[in-house]
Amino acid sequence: MSRHILRNGTGLIALLAAFATPAFADGLTVSNWDGYMAADAIDNFNSETGNTAELVLHATNEEIMGKLIASKGVGYDVVFVSSPFAEVLNNLGLAETLDHAKIPNIGNLYAEATTLSHDPGNAFSLPYAWGTTGLCYRSDLVDTPTSWNDLLKPAESVSGKTTMLATDRWLLAAGQLSLGYSVNETDADKMAEVRDLLIDAKGTLLAYDDTTFYAKLVSGEAELVQAWDGWCNYGIGENADIKYVIPEEGSDLWVDTMVIMKASENKDAAYEFVNYILDADNHRWAAENILYKVPNEAAMSGVDGGLIETFPNMGMAPADMLKFEQLRDVGAAQRDYSRLVSEIKAAN
Amino acid sequence: MADRNTFRLMLLILGVVFAFLYIPISVLVGLSFNEGGLPTAWTGFSTKWYGALLENDDILKAAGNTLIVAVFSTLLSTILGTLLAVGVEIRRRNGKWLETVIFAPMIIPDIVLAIALLSMFSLMGVKMGLHTIIVSHVVFNLAFVCAVVRARLKSFDWSIVEASADLGGSTLNTLRRVVIPVLMPAIIAGALLAFTLSVDEFIIAFFTAGAGRSSITLPMQIFAMIRFGVTPEINALATLVMSVSVVALALSQRLNKGGLPGQ
Amino acid sequence: MQAPVNGFLMSTDRRPMLLMTPALLWLFGLMVVPCLLILVLAFFRRGIYGGIEYTWTFENIALVFDPLYFQIFMKSAGIAGLSAAIACVLGYAAAYAIAAMPRRHQPLLLFFAVLPFWSNYLVRTYAWIVLLNREGLIVNLARWIGYEGELPSMLYTEQAVVIGLVYNYLPFVILSCYAPLSRLSPEIAEASRDLGGSAWTTFRRVTLPMTVPGIATGFVFVFVLSIGNFVTPALLGGGQFQMIGNLVYAQFLTANDWPFGAALSMVLIAVMLGLLMGQAVVAERASGGKRAPDG
Repeated sequence: MSRHILRNGTGLIALLAAFATPAFADGLTVSNWDGYMAADAIDNFNSETGNTAELVLHATNEEIMGKLIASKGVGYDVVFVSSPFAEVLNNLGLAETLDHAKIPNIGNLYAEATTLSHDPGNAFSLPYAWGTTGLCYRSDLVDTPTSWNDLLKPAESVSGKTTMLATDRWLLAAGQLSLGYSVNETDADKMAEVRDLLIDAKGTLLAYDDTTFYAKLVSGEAELVQAWDGWCNYGIGENADIKYVIPEEGSDLWVDTMVIMKASENKDAAYEFVNYILDADNHRWAAENILYKVPNEAAMSGVDGGLIETFPNMGMAPADMLKFEQLRDVGAAQRDYSRLVSEIKAAN
Repeated sequence: MADRNTFRLMLLILGVVFAFLYIPISVLVGLSFNEGGLPTAWTGFSTKWYGALLENDDILKAAGNTLIVAVFSTLLSTILGTLLAVGVEIRRRNGKWLETVIFAPMIIPDIVLAIALLSMFSLMGVKMGLHTIIVSHVVFNLAFVCAVVRARLKSFDWSIVEASADLGGSTLNTLRRVVIPVLMPAIIAGALLAFTLSVDEFIIAFFTAGAGRSSITLPMQIFAMIRFGVTPEINALATLVMSVSVVALALSQRLNKGGLPGQ
Repeated sequence: MQAPVNGFLMSTDRRPMLLMTPALLWLFGLMVVPCLLILVLAFFRRGIYGGIEYTWTFENIALVFDPLYFQIFMKSAGIAGLSAAIACVLGYAAAYAIAAMPRRHQPLLLFFAVLPFWSNYLVRTYAWIVLLNREGLIVNLARWIGYEGELPSMLYTEQAVVIGLVYNYLPFVILSCYAPLSRLSPEIAEASRDLGGSAWTTFRRVTLPMTVPGIATGFVFVFVLSIGNFVTPALLGGGQFQMIGNLVYAQFLTANDWPFGAALSMVLIAVMLGLLMGQAVVAERASGGKRAPDG
């Protein structure tokens, strides 16, 4: 019996060794969301700089964070994460402190983008895209919404045809903003108010949806949804009746950033990469492809005017955006936020 | 007479269940031929997504990886799980701890197992890749195979084993010639189960794959692509995967000269 | 049965141990050890930024018993239990039907029973969304045949989640019920009838007890897989309620609260093990007692 197993076992291991290649590239490993860079960005980078970068995908901030924390960032060189998560990476000592001398294109950024509250001076992160969160709606089916309450306490005809974002922070933000509170609010009583408001809102909600809300708008299954501005543009591209508006109570300023991992073994190539992205033409090309605003002054000035006409939110000025509060990591209150969301979802 | 009616009833049951199983499948196959990109409206028949798919190296590589992972983890877990099941069922007195360890892989939330394995591999400085995914998949697969085989073993007629022993058969021969052949349908069921679990598993694969592109599996790829919902390209992929499986089965039947293992 | 002198059924536990060792070693090294590493975190505290603060505390375990989480657990158990029950009825029927078919067709039927599940979980779930949504196929079909009224929403409800869970885990029940049912042969049924038993009696006295372990195993599969599932409630349920799977996922990944996630998992594992042990006892009794060899 054991001889049998031993023989077969050795054979199997040999086969395994032959097929399975350890996943550790000599080149650069960049992790980003699908479709969040121009399709040819990596190839262009490789041909221009002679590197061998490869792109791997992550579906959500949370997953890639879990993996980075558990593995101490080993294997990854550059990671695209939203700003609160970049903060966490830095606090846990996983993010490389940036040497600006190696990133000359950093000068292309808007002044506002170098003084963002999560990382003033860009010590550990470089902003890649930024924008607002607001209401995306079918102008032919609903009246122009003006307030977050149009989503949270919708009119009879819109009831059951609304969606909210499923990610904790933005789910709560809608409630926080409509009550005039900070999106980083930690006061327990205020958050209890937010919770109750959102529990009521649940009654008229169709679903929490982070990804297919624009498809729902196109089909008419939903008429008014909470959406990120760039994402709403995908809907606008499919149906010209879809429009984006920021409610009067305001929005949050979200920033997606690039972080170089401290555990990276290809730091020089990593610097080349982030510098390449921040180049005026490359960053403009990114913006035109992904339909999000980029915090790169040199890039945005060159963006095709026709594009901005079709997608008005792309023309928003940084000064206006900075009126809104940025989502920050809330430290210990993260637990409370998570619990609040559980309470909202557990309620009927 | 009763037999024919019973037979008809059986066919009816099969018909109903298979209809239930295949209705969503027909939807996704249909959508893969949709001209337009959104599943909300049919805009015409087109095979363009299949064309796009065959040029998409990432997806093809991921599909290949998934196959490698599934085949190897199924092989390993079927062997280990069957042996475990036989050993456990022979031994009358099995402690609570043993039962706990055998059931645990099914009960532990997969995110916990994923993070636990990654943390341990990371601590040990193990280089990660398809092999770490395979090794991790075997953990839960073998528990499922073991459970399925045990279900069959509970009604196993041990007297044939005794007879074999009486006739002087060694343990190895008894296992090979007597026990395994009788268990074969259950072993196959277990293997199919393990393969199905492995092919669709995302979280543990994501965490134990390492950072490189060369160890991305199909579930990982599709999850990441889901930003825009399920595109016809992904539906085309699913259709292709199933078609390839049918073709593979047909081929293996030819090779086996019409017989599948276990007959 | 007397243990024979030679071979398998010796009263010493050596040979069975040998068979079990490879699997047990694997489980020990690749499950017990890593999971203990993580579960022990339940006794520590979440650091401010999501790391670990190494002060020993029971507060996480205590928090698990908060009414909110108890409610989530009960709801999850209810949905998982319902899905498991429905899946077992359908799956057993299907497995029985397959086992009743000519033997040479059975592997083929099994293959086609699992084939849909090699298509990818997300893709299948989205296919259900296309079928069930308010502008979806079923609604369009109803309108096409003339139904005028408002159809109730089938999607983003608990019912949709149950359908999704039953659908995705049905093949597992079919496979696990098939395992003992494969022993079924026309001869047994015929013999029972010859001895004067009706088809129902045959089923009740012979087939069912023999196959109860398969049903029990199948139920456990679906229950366990459903309760930890986080994709189906998020997609088919519209994210409107959390099941345990979503909750544990949220602690480890969203809240970065590994200690609480570990505590939740520990309690969940303990409860499930308790249920499983209970199930094993029940299955044992129902199948007419142990049939393993003496020794």
